[in-house]
Amino acid sequence: MSVLPIEAPARPVERAKPTGMGRILDREAPLAYLLMFPGLFILALFMAYPFGLGVYLSMTDKYVGFANYDFIGFDNFRYLFQDTIFQRTVRNTFVYSFFTVPFKLVLGMGLALVLNNHFHFSRFMRAGLLLPWIVPTAISSLAWLMLYDSVLSPFSILFKNWGLIDSNINFLGSQYNAMAALCLANVWRGVPFFAVSILAGLQAVPPDLHEAAALDGASAWRRFRDVTLPVIRNIVLISTLFSVIWTFADFQLVYVLTKGGPANSTHVFGTYAYQLMGFSDLGTAAAVSVSMFPILAVFAVVLLRYVRAED
Amino acid sequence: MVGSNTFRLRLLQLYLPLAFYAVFLLFPFAWMLIVSFKPANDLLDTTINPFLLYGFTFDHYRYLFEETDFLRWTLNTFIVTVGATILSLVCSILIGYALGRLRFRGGNTMGVIIFLAYLVPPTLLFIPLAQVVTRFNLYGEYWSLIFTYPTFLIPFAGWLLMGYFRTIPIELEQAAMVDGATRLRAMWTIIMPLALPGILSAGIFCFTLGWNEFLYALVFMSTGTMKTMPVGVVSDLIRADVLFYGSLMAAGILGSVPVAIAYSFFVDHYISGLTAGATKG
Repeated sequence: MSVLPIEAPARPVERAKPTGMGRILDREAPLAYLLMFPGLFILALFMAYPFGLGVYLSMTDKYVGFANYDFIGFDNFRYLFQDTIFQRTVRNTFVYSFFTVPFKLVLGMGLALVLNNHFHFSRFMRAGLLLPWIVPTAISSLAWLMLYDSVLSPFSILFKNWGLIDSNINFLGSQYNAMAALCLANVWRGVPFFAVSILAGLQAVPPDLHEAAALDGASAWRRFRDVTLPVIRNIVLISTLFSVIWTFADFQLVYVLTKGGPANSTHVFGTYAYQLMGFSDLGTAAAVSVSMFPILAVFAVVLLRYVRAED
Repeated sequence: MVGSNTFRLRLLQLYLPLAFYAVFLLFPFAWMLIVSFKPANDLLDTTINPFLLYGFTFDHYRYLFEETDFLRWTLNTFIVTVGATILSLVCSILIGYALGRLRFRGGNTMGVIIFLAYLVPPTLLFIPLAQVVTRFNLYGEYWSLIFTYPTFLIPFAGWLLMGYFRTIPIELEQAAMVDGATRLRAMWTIIMPLALPGILSAGIFCFTLGWNEFLYALVFMSTGTMKTMPVGVVSDLIRADVLFYGSLMAAGILGSVPVAIAYSFFVDHYISGLTAGATKG
């Protein structure tokens, strides 16, 4: 039932006696902590410590290049809640990570069902259609950067040549266009992840059950709903939560495509924090980062429950 | 689907959707490929169909190799990624073994901590981490990334390997210990060879995750030629004029190839790895 160590490795009844160090390490608890030490040390030094430092920084007025700074409590957060750019950043991040989920989910589910068939080159297609998710986002975003270019976008050029539009489409030039453009690229990148996860879940659907249901005259939709869906339900939930968490904390795609512009209208938490850091305003920048934490923590706890319940 | 083997149904249920997905998902890559071979004059000519090639040139690739630090960036990325992968893999094997194989007080909690650590995003840590990196005099050095990438690689690979170690029958180890081997010896000579496929795929995933990382590389290592490939491409190749797109797309194509190859062989393992701890429990 549980995810984590469940069964005690039964102790061997009888064995030759190792000596010295070897015997100490045969006791499980000291050995376990010894083995975990190097990894936990790195995580403590480069994850736990900076996390604490970040929370502390968010409560100071530290600027890069100034040696002196003061502890100012929650003033940075108070400032941010008044800050219209931050308010927009919060809204953008929610749109960016939640509004896109249904699209990724439906398209990913469709792709999984298609790929679950046997056909020529199916292995090849599986690998190929994963590319958007595999390739570094900073790299694939470059393709979108040109597709969205204000002058050289092939869509603008083509549609103008066909006489459909008079002037170039301003993909990244206004807030709504830019958010839509970011969401589209985001959906494009996310679909393969949903597809592969769900595809893995589909392998667990018993084929005889499908055949039996088909023989009983169940329609394709009913078979999907009553046979397939219950089996993949948990994996769908888990991949959704993973996707929301990753997208919520995204940086690359927004950084490459808009850098939060035009006029700070498309920031997400990551890019706004980065921009403030560039302005040397470390305290406020850290506060923007730290603001993500409560929301991420909620998702992480929910995700943990599902992953542990998954059997 | 059962009993629907006529061609028309197959066209409707399989080939048409497949074509839609292929166009939607591969279109940006096709576009990169087209632009990377397109002569500069054609790139600026708005009267021709932009999706077709009327000429063909390797100029953009040549420019990339001769006029930019692309090769150096790639080398940097390689060094950082290999270093971080080796460090993470060693730590993760040990953690995975301890959590997957040993019973001890706090084991469950440790497992939860490792899983939660996997969910901590770089955007949450990069500002204070930049200070830590500077304090340790690692700023601008390979070590700045070799030591920080494991913060997301160890939780991932540790979790994956924990699941993998559990699939290896415990009796094998017990038999060796009955024969007088210490646990460490049994671990090294019996379990490690059996876990090799799992370790290999964990290594591949660490490599690709490291290869794809952007934010830490942008903040901790972006001075002079000490940049990783994605950072170098994004910060040095995007210029104010319009002629940069050819080399930018060429860089995109070249930068995608290593991970695309690595993943295509191991993708099935990746997904089962995400839920490994769960399903193997």
